[in-house]
Amino acid sequence: MTRSRFQQGLDDLKEKLLRMGGLAEQAIDRATEAYRTRDAKFCQMVFTSENDINEAEREIDELALDLLAMQQPMAVDLRFILAVVKINADLERVGDQAVNIAQRVLDLISEPEVQLPVDIPRMAASVTSMVQRALESFLDGKAEIAEAVLQMDGIVDRMKDEAFVVLVQKMISDPHTTRAALNVLLIARNLERIADHATNIAEDVIFWVRGADVRHGGAHYRA
Amino acid sequence: MGVGIEVRGLNAWYGKNLALKSIDMTVLANHVTAVIGPSGCGKSTFVRCLNRMHETIPEARAEGLVKVGEMEVYGDGQDPVEIRRRIGMVFQKPNPFPTMSIYDNVAAGLRLNGFRNRKQLDELVERSLKLAALWDEVKDALHKQSGASLSGGQQQRLCIARSLAVEPEVLLMDEPASALDPISTSKIEELIFQLKQHYTVVIVTHNMQQAARVAEFTAFFLMGSLIEYDKTEKIFTTPADKRTEDYITGRFG
Repeated sequence: MTRSRFQQGLDDLKEKLLRMGGLAEQAIDRATEAYRTRDAKFCQMVFTSENDINEAEREIDELALDLLAMQQPMAVDLRFILAVVKINADLERVGDQAVNIAQRVLDLISEPEVQLPVDIPRMAASVTSMVQRALESFLDGKAEIAEAVLQMDGIVDRMKDEAFVVLVQKMISDPHTTRAALNVLLIARNLERIADHATNIAEDVIFWVRGADVRHGGAHYRA
Repeated sequence: MGVGIEVRGLNAWYGKNLALKSIDMTVLANHVTAVIGPSGCGKSTFVRCLNRMHETIPEARAEGLVKVGEMEVYGDGQDPVEIRRRIGMVFQKPNPFPTMSIYDNVAAGLRLNGFRNRKQLDELVERSLKLAALWDEVKDALHKQSGASLSGGQQQRLCIARSLAVEPEVLLMDEPASALDPISTSKIEELIFQLKQHYTVVIVTHNMQQAARVAEFTAFFLMGSLIEYDKTEKIFTTPADKRTEDYITGRFG
């Protein structure tokens, strides 16, 4: 007896999560575009899409809960559903961070443009790539891709640290840029948090595929 | 106290049909061990070999090492009746002696073993019914009511009490809750959990959630072979063998 109905439910769950991943990615792109172009219309798009992301989160949680209650999944299926629930929460937080970035951008563009020695679009590209690869590893159940995502987190952390140093220097040397610099600093921090969520997603994929807990820098297999 | 079970190279046949293929397995004392697997995988045959019930079927035989505590179950000159006293068994369908009172059902095994002292019998019947979590429900009707007058769940606990009365070291249970409603099932499961303080319990079950709930160790059998045997949480979250995973996730066939 194969469990076609259950399999259908798992497929639906995967599809819904990937669609939500798409929304989260789009939100980061739009927030970055808003920063790059100083165009408030992109900020507005981020705010609007947040509702869709929140709605998707609820739907995924509900379906996961139904599958747990009705199908009593075991082993790889149980790990999959648990991973989906956690990735779901991470993607929702990615959406929140995109909203935070859009809010900072709105504040930035309310003032005249200031040149700052930080390449936010470059940092955003690295972060987006992490989210994309984490979702790709989830799509194909490929732990190797997820491992590559874990390696990328350090790079983004360094970018944020560098941004912190140069922006603080800028605030000291040129105090009238403080407001803008602070906004950009917060954006760098929001991007760094998104990278952390991508890392969590990658860890959850490894847990699903291999049954190993690789959080907090170790590989923990059940004894 | 319960004792451990050591199984080495156990083979069992029904006529020419090899039903168990060289099973090696160690069951820890005072733990609950579940045996799972699809119909015909040999799981019931396995537990029936542990107390020599298997050979009661015509043309069925078994060979290999089965050590329960220090007792070699298939050793020369072993008395199957004594073995079955030390290794009790509870079956899928409750089978109380229908015409006997509740008291006599529990005392039956003791009387067969020569107990005649009334006071001693009373004590053992009460102790067994308490261990089987049935005492409070039947204490006022011990002699008035027959075993068959009880509900299905109570009958199964009566059968457990009857097995416990002769003070076994190991309790084998073959689908003990599969004929019971969820409330009776949870009482039996609760009971199994308590019983491991005094006995070693081996339970055959079709219900994987039940295995997950009651057992500390789980063995997965397939086509007469022991495929995987590990801590229950390992088996149900990250089994090592693909066949185990396929079975517990329902991807068989």
